[in-house]
Amino acid sequence: MYLDEKIETMSRNELNTLQFDRLKKALNAASQTRYYNKFFSDKKIDVSKIKTLEHIKDLPFTTKHDLRLSYPDGMVAVPASDIVRIHASSGTTGKSTVIYYTQKDIDHWANQIARAMYATGTRKEDVFQNMMGYGLFTGGLGLHYGAEKLGCTVIPSATGNSLRQIQLLQDFNTTVIHITPSYALHLVEVIKENGINPHDLSLKKAYFGAEPYSQATTEKLENLWGIDAYNSYGLSEMNGPGVAMDCIHKKGMHVVEDSYIVEIINPNTGEQLPDGEEGELVITHINREAMPIIRYRTRDLTRIIPEPCECGRTHRRIERIKGRSDDMIIVGGVNVFPSQIESVLMNIPEIGNNYVIIIDRENGLDRMHIQVELYSKLFQGDIKALKRLNKDIVEKLRAIIVINPRVEFMEPGSLPASEGKAKRVIDNRII
Amino acid sequence: MPHQVSVFAENKPGKLNRVTEILGKNNINIRAITISDTGDYGIIKLLLDKPAEGNEYLQNAGIASTLVSIVAIIIDDTPGSLHKATSILSSKNVNVEDAYGFTIRGEDRAVFVFQVKDVHATEKILKDAGFTIISDNELYYL
Repeated sequence: MYLDEKIETMSRNELNTLQFDRLKKALNAASQTRYYNKFFSDKKIDVSKIKTLEHIKDLPFTTKHDLRLSYPDGMVAVPASDIVRIHASSGTTGKSTVIYYTQKDIDHWANQIARAMYATGTRKEDVFQNMMGYGLFTGGLGLHYGAEKLGCTVIPSATGNSLRQIQLLQDFNTTVIHITPSYALHLVEVIKENGINPHDLSLKKAYFGAEPYSQATTEKLENLWGIDAYNSYGLSEMNGPGVAMDCIHKKGMHVVEDSYIVEIINPNTGEQLPDGEEGELVITHINREAMPIIRYRTRDLTRIIPEPCECGRTHRRIERIKGRSDDMIIVGGVNVFPSQIESVLMNIPEIGNNYVIIIDRENGLDRMHIQVELYSKLFQGDIKALKRLNKDIVEKLRAIIVINPRVEFMEPGSLPASEGKAKRVIDNRII
Repeated sequence: MPHQVSVFAENKPGKLNRVTEILGKNNINIRAITISDTGDYGIIKLLLDKPAEGNEYLQNAGIASTLVSIVAIIIDDTPGSLHKATSILSSKNVNVEDAYGFTIRGEDRAVFVFQVKDVHATEKILKDAGFTIISDNELYYL
């Protein structure tokens, strides 16, 4: 039933004591870092005044902006020689958000994922095919280590190359996959096109993560594949995947509360909201040596489910992510801010200031296409020059946002003007 | 050397309408018109009686348009005439990027207009081969 019964079913009182104890340690460690030291003193925060768990609301928020300002290592709380790994996500200015791990942090992370996978019924006998990106992105390696810890046979197939994925699924009798819902939609179609009935595969379950999707999509995918699908939530700032995951009941994602303190706030006022109310998720990492992060504003909207879960775990659940409190869009599992795209477009003289980002889902894959206006005074009257310009813009965008958009030239004046609240993103995906 | 006006146009209904309306209203005559289409967008190429003026009217209306140098020669309106010109260009390794033509009212002659990388060099090649190169002012009033 439980991989670590003591931790997973401890009473709320015991859990509160554990959380407070770890919060104090995290605050002390954070205070020693270059960034938080200044941050706390600028904001006149005395961490010794935090006497109960409730006092956490008196601490300032950490934002993605703070992480960028601390680049590359302003928030690192251990000697450089103790660091065994870094992960990173792309940033607006070219600067990434970098996360550091000690060996103990990697072990904790693997343990919490092993626990969560166990809670969905995955066992050491399972064959786990990990169709998430490996590399600086946390999605691949996160579940990889967790599944190994659990003793599964891990196939690190990573993303793409659908025919090879299918061959692996068949030849090694894969029972569990980790995949983005959009790729799952695509892959199941390729499976059928190849004359294979997905229900005939050995596959039993899938972990979905890295992008928002609806209950309807989950159910559709469960039916198409003939599997049980479990939601997984995470973000690189909080290690990566495994912050919260569905248990076997699939009625909300249990937060790993021995490692994270979660709060829901009103995104406009910053005020804490009671359990059950919807708002922005704020997370404090209380179980990471290398990089404690205090009250991180995830910008993800959800609510805490206050009722106990029938599985018996005492760690509270959050609902699937409803959306964002900022304008971040997730395309094919990659986080993109319109401001990143804008910063590229604004530096290309041949195009004007107005643009529209359109996201579609074709055959299960996310496609981004960006409409830009040609700047009339720099038009060269030449198709070859336009094609060169198009290629140049696509390459510059890809360098910043990682994905490959299609750029469409529009006549000057045909897009909504940049003043006021122009709608810059049109998301046609049904999630 | 003569000029055509090249106009950027999205591939959608009404793309010509705006251009022809502005030119007509301002009393600019269109001598020839052609559209190069890439699928996503097109470039409308216009031979106007007053190209500089026409271009300005279009630009002032916020349209992406520009003057492009072209080569224009007179050929006989008979079978094989165009071939004489193109074979010279080909023998001198001149790549014709875009071309169109029109006949002259009441005459058995035609005008062949084309875009090349080096307008001056191409004009010289054709002139040396005995072709009549049309100058700026001549072209628009033929």
